[in-house]
Amino acid sequence: MFDTLSERLSATFKNLRGKGRITDEDIDAAAREIRIALLEADVNLGVVKAFVARLKQRAHGMERSAALNPTQQIVKIVDEELAVILGGETRHIAFAKEPPTVIMLAGLQGAGKTTLAGKLGKWLHEQGHSPLLVAADLQRPNAVNQLSVVAERAGVQVYAPEPGNGVGDPVKVAQDSLIVARRQLFDVVIIDTAGRLGVDAELMTQASNIKAATQADETLFVVDAMIGQDAVNTALAFEQGVGVDGVVLTKLDGDARGGAALSIRQVIGKPIMFASTGEGLDDFDVFHPDRMASRILGMGDMLTLIEQAEKSFDAEQSRIAAEKLLRGKNEYSLQDFLGQMQQMRKMGSMTKIMGMLPGMSQYKEAIENYDEREVDRIEAIIYSMTPAERADVGILNGSRRMRIARGSGTTVQAVNEIVNRFVGARKMMQQMSPMMGGLAAASARSAGKQSQKKKGKKVSGNPAKRAAIEAGREAKGREAVVAAIEEEVASLAPDSAFTPGSAFGFDIDAVASELETKGAGDFKLPPSLAQMFNEQTKGPR
Amino acid sequence: MSVDSNLLWILIAACALVVAGIVFVLVRRGRQLAPTFESQGIEDGQGSGTFGGGDGDVSAAPAQPTPTSGRETPEAPASRLTRLRRRLASSNNGLARAFADLLSSDKLDADTWDDFETTLISADLGVGPTQELVDALRKKLGVEGIGDGVRGREVLREELIHLANPDLDRSLNLSTTPSVIIMVGVNGTGKTTTVGKLARLLVAEDKSVVLGAADTFRAAAAEQLTTWGDRVGVQTISGAEGADPASVAYKAVEAGVADGTDVVIIDTAGRLHTKVGLMDELGKVKRVIEKQAQVTEVLLVIDATTGQNGLAQARIFAEAVDVTGIVLTKLDGSAKGGIVVAVQRELGVPVKFIGLGEGVDDLAVFDAAGFVAGLLGE
Repeated sequence: MFDTLSERLSATFKNLRGKGRITDEDIDAAAREIRIALLEADVNLGVVKAFVARLKQRAHGMERSAALNPTQQIVKIVDEELAVILGGETRHIAFAKEPPTVIMLAGLQGAGKTTLAGKLGKWLHEQGHSPLLVAADLQRPNAVNQLSVVAERAGVQVYAPEPGNGVGDPVKVAQDSLIVARRQLFDVVIIDTAGRLGVDAELMTQASNIKAATQADETLFVVDAMIGQDAVNTALAFEQGVGVDGVVLTKLDGDARGGAALSIRQVIGKPIMFASTGEGLDDFDVFHPDRMASRILGMGDMLTLIEQAEKSFDAEQSRIAAEKLLRGKNEYSLQDFLGQMQQMRKMGSMTKIMGMLPGMSQYKEAIENYDEREVDRIEAIIYSMTPAERADVGILNGSRRMRIARGSGTTVQAVNEIVNRFVGARKMMQQMSPMMGGLAAASARSAGKQSQKKKGKKVSGNPAKRAAIEAGREAKGREAVVAAIEEEVASLAPDSAFTPGSAFGFDIDAVASELETKGAGDFKLPPSLAQMFNEQTKGPR
Repeated sequence: MSVDSNLLWILIAACALVVAGIVFVLVRRGRQLAPTFESQGIEDGQGSGTFGGGDGDVSAAPAQPTPTSGRETPEAPASRLTRLRRRLASSNNGLARAFADLLSSDKLDADTWDDFETTLISADLGVGPTQELVDALRKKLGVEGIGDGVRGREVLREELIHLANPDLDRSLNLSTTPSVIIMVGVNGTGKTTTVGKLARLLVAEDKSVVLGAADTFRAAAAEQLTTWGDRVGVQTISGAEGADPASVAYKAVEAGVADGTDVVIIDTAGRLHTKVGLMDELGKVKRVIEKQAQVTEVLLVIDATTGQNGLAQARIFAEAVDVTGIVLTKLDGSAKGGIVVAVQRELGVPVKFIGLGEGVDDLAVFDAAGFVAGLLGE
């Protein structure tokens, strides 16, 4: 998402970068580029005009900062303005004091309401709530069936008394669902309504009747991230016709630049609460405006990456691997590497993960052309090794390498490359291990802060609340980790100027060449290591 | 190769760092977290208890499609556009008003053109085509003057029709028996609904139709299509949920060949064009069908609310399955669907149908002159 937008802004700032001072013309040129980029990202024209005007005003009037050069200042302004528009703080569901909390989903046809109902239900269930999905879309053929199936997949209950296909009164269904929820102790009711157009007065009245009858606590406007300039009209129509409390963006996993997010936030002033990013029922998360802003500027999304890693990585296995890595002495073997690589694949496609890394936007093309099967090839090569070879690549001589190449259907060159790169990467990771000290310190700092805080606070008796508090703490720890990682990575990068492309980013070629030279051993190696290398280079090249 | 593997290694290194960082955090507070895990476990237990109690509701969910009230007679295609044109004029009055404003203004100054440009961009026409249209109009109206309202309207009509490119062939290619039409598009654009409406349109033209529900991914998609089929008395072939869509498509075409049906329409699952695997799947569906019958039409369904992303969609779908026509749906809302202008221009793929409402017969054959007349509020 936002791909081209971040590319364009990067390009604009690259032009600015060479200059020591920025003239008014430079600002105007940059503003023009930003205007077109935003329009092509489907940001509403009115929003774009206001944005550009504010940007110009701030850029013209900006003080000469000692710490930042003018380019960095413009980037900073754009970043700040984007974050302001996207809404700053993350907004969470406001649960009703007296359950059930009623969440009503409304939106255009095909925005993804029914699927979202399932995702939201599953997400709430995982948070310890017991949601009830209500089939109030009695319009579209078999929408009721779809919701029932989705609910079953999500492992939540559904209330569908009417068959749908034009039969039944959605207002009554919604009203009755509250009685069912109270009787059966569901604490959240999610009402899936029929898709409707903003101009359809009759259906809008119906939606507002449903809202009135159920006194919905949260009315979520579900909108497709691919929507164009009409986003604002539609959002306004729903805001005026039904009343919207929050917005959910769906289909964010496509390559739509998602200007709708900016426009809707700006025009109706309601926060974007959730984002849905895939076809699976788990591809759903709270929307983080601050992360989105840095993503627009191509600064990566480390927080999301870390969260996903936490979900899909086996903590124990990772801990062992990390410890091995830190202890040095090349204990970290190809077997560990294979395990980590496989866990990483669980997080999603390589391209998706790489997209989340900071500074990667300038390699968009390379990432897009990245052949996922490359990973399969590496796996095949490692699988073709014996356990002893995986544990110590030093024993790989010519004939072993030949065998591995044959076994994996590759060439000796490919095997060599994998082995050499593995050794190099391992070295790089070990050199970064001082950073691990930094991480440990950071997490100790945050842990210390928390324990101090904890002393003053009573631990909540409510398990859900306690879990939430713990999650909050964990998130804080995570932020510390991110900061430390970004710091460290930045210090690694030879060009640490603050530009969207390389800010926090690392220059791939530079790192690679560093990796190669270091790998070739231009610093003092422990004797055993040196021996290992010598042995290794004996293999056919 | 070298850039690829560099990326991979750096990625792996970064991930290893991230993992190590997480591990540190987790280890540090492993002890603190332990009680939380326990309490979650207890809650889960309670949760499943609630499920047991709620079993009654699951069976309350209707499993069968509702009995339909007999077969309906679809409206003939010819009368549709006239009816829908009126709707277009009224729903699109924003654009129509902008045209009227432009034509009625005494002098064409920068502000007038600015407003006009704004309207076009708001119609999702895109920066490029908007610029072109404005430049062309500026030149023509500048030379000939705006004084004559009738002449101005003619110029505008010419330019708009030119934009819609009337020379493209917009008829459905139904030359073979059976002719196979595949419906493709991203999620939620209205493919299944369009298949249903198109079946009605073809039935109204006295064609025999078989529907293939190759959307085996979305819950209850096959039932949705079956409901449409039953309404007009058309056979629908569907497979199990999660079945290979190509096999369902094959069966549908097989049934079409066996019965000597005129048209087989295959509904496919919505897929984002960025999902390479799913686009490959679509290619397979088409290849498998072609073992038995020629695929005469691949219709890409685009939602009128779609913004500039529509171009990316069209481009990639065209690469994967060679799109032959576009169906623009949901034009009855406030969206103008201007993106199809760019799509039509870049890919040379004509808009063949427009969907203008929720009614079962609100699908019409696109006609450039009629459409422009609708836009101009005539």
